[in-house]
Amino acid sequence: MNVAIAAATGRRVLTQLRHDPRTLALLLVVPVVLMLLMKTVFWNQDGVFQRVGPPLLGIFPLTSMFLVTSVAMLRERTSGTLERLLSMPLAKVDLLLGYALAFGAVAVVQTVIVSMVAFALLDLNIEGPIVALVPLATLNALLGMAMGLFVSAFAATEFQAVQFMPAFLLPQFLLSGLLTPRSAMLRGLELLSDVLPMTYAYDALARVAAGDGLETRLGLDIGLLALGTVASLALGAATLRRRTA
Amino acid sequence: MDEATIEVRDLRVVRGGHEVLHGVSVSVPGGVITGLLGPSGCGKTTLMRAIVGVQRIASGEVRVLGAPAGSRGLRARVGYVTQAPAVYGDLTVAENLRYFARVLGAAQEAVGRTVGVVGLAGFEKRLVRELSGGELARVSLATALLNDPELLILDEPTVGLDPVLRESLWGTFRELAHAGATLVVSSHVMDEARRCDRLMLMRDGALIADDTPAQILAATGAKDMEGAFLALVGSSERDEVRAT
Ligand SMILES: Nc1ncnc2c1ncn2[C@@H]1O[C@H](COP(=O)(O)OP(=O)(O)O)[C@@H](O)[C@H]1O
Ligand SMILES: [Mg+2]
Repeated sequence: MNVAIAAATGRRVLTQLRHDPRTLALLLVVPVVLMLLMKTVFWNQDGVFQRVGPPLLGIFPLTSMFLVTSVAMLRERTSGTLERLLSMPLAKVDLLLGYALAFGAVAVVQTVIVSMVAFALLDLNIEGPIVALVPLATLNALLGMAMGLFVSAFAATEFQAVQFMPAFLLPQFLLSGLLTPRSAMLRGLELLSDVLPMTYAYDALARVAAGDGLETRLGLDIGLLALGTVASLALGAATLRRRTA
Repeated sequence: MDEATIEVRDLRVVRGGHEVLHGVSVSVPGGVITGLLGPSGCGKTTLMRAIVGVQRIASGEVRVLGAPAGSRGLRARVGYVTQAPAVYGDLTVAENLRYFARVLGAAQEAVGRTVGVVGLAGFEKRLVRELSGGELARVSLATALLNDPELLILDEPTVGLDPVLRESLWGTFRELAHAGATLVVSSHVMDEARRCDRLMLMRDGALIADDTPAQILAATGAKDMEGAFLALVGSSERDEVRAT
């Protein structure tokens, strides 16, 4: 591992984003607009907004980093820059760390903005500490990034990469427990949801909102979420091959 | 200097279910420019990828600077310029080079120097995706020159460049070789043969000649490399007919 190379990679990824201000603006503005929409859609059922709002603060960065990473990594693969980097003195972990630094930073900004709007303007209330949401949302972003990196290996075009979002994330979203409690699902689906990382992303966010402490099930959720992120990263790293056919 | 800079032994490569290199053996000496010439599709890129160590091989051995091709210690010592430019289109010329300089552990001053070497001074702030094909190829080339590698593998670096620039790039290659670097330069244009110290002529996944340009011309009695190539193809096909 080489921290200088990882930092340079993170800076490079952020510079690429800076040259694409529209993507950057979409990343920061869309969650705010969606949150606003949620508030107005459930204007007369504020209980629903209060229940769904906090988990969304983590689902937004997870989804957007999944999309951005899968397309960015696909570009690295198809443009030959990945092959070039891997023929240079760069460790795979430097590349992953660089991406994590860049997208983690974007996720922090994204979460801070949407949280400020939700808590200050839209009267979202949670029992737990609001500041706990930022590291949790960043962990969600890293999970999205790791899964995006992994699926990019199976996409040949950007069309395909984008299609992995509904194919890969939507089922996890449906099974996460946000729409209906997992205990109320068919037994098979509940067991399936046990091994899907987004389940723990949702559960952790919902528990922070409910005011649970780290000594409760929340601690386990965060541990499993981190484990899922590391496992996805390891799977993603395995798709970065120095030698190809 | 017992071992050649590049030592390829009985290299077989299968791509897309077809064998595209059929047992290539060759040694490339250090400190000179070796041209890898042959028609499009004959396997030049595949051979270069095997030398850099990014190509999965079916059998055989490739050693570079005394170590197995692609081994960790070689990654800063071997520069590779792919046939299709591999740089970031959404970064400027300078941003691309600054990033690759960091990855290669080269000094940031190298950025200004290499920009000049490839004739892109004044282009530093231009976005790479807005450059012409030739300019793009030169950014990609500059990337590999940042850290003065001992061995440079250049896949068709002069294709599509204007003659003046091509002349100046070959001047640069010559200077690098004088300074002790080893260069392997591929081309499908036989005309570039005269600029090389040695040649490897390839056809259909096999080497048909490996010698100095003068020796190849003398041995075939041809006036130019195009003629020598035809003569060599003719004689190897006669050999094949005799063997069957
Ligand atoms: N990625 C690939 N998958 C399958 N076959 C390939 C691939 N790349 C090249 N080939 C085949 O390998 C052969 C040699 O190609 P290449 O080394 O690119 O030749 P050259 O560089 O001399 O034009 C060609 O027949 C080509 O079709
Ligand atoms: Mg080629």
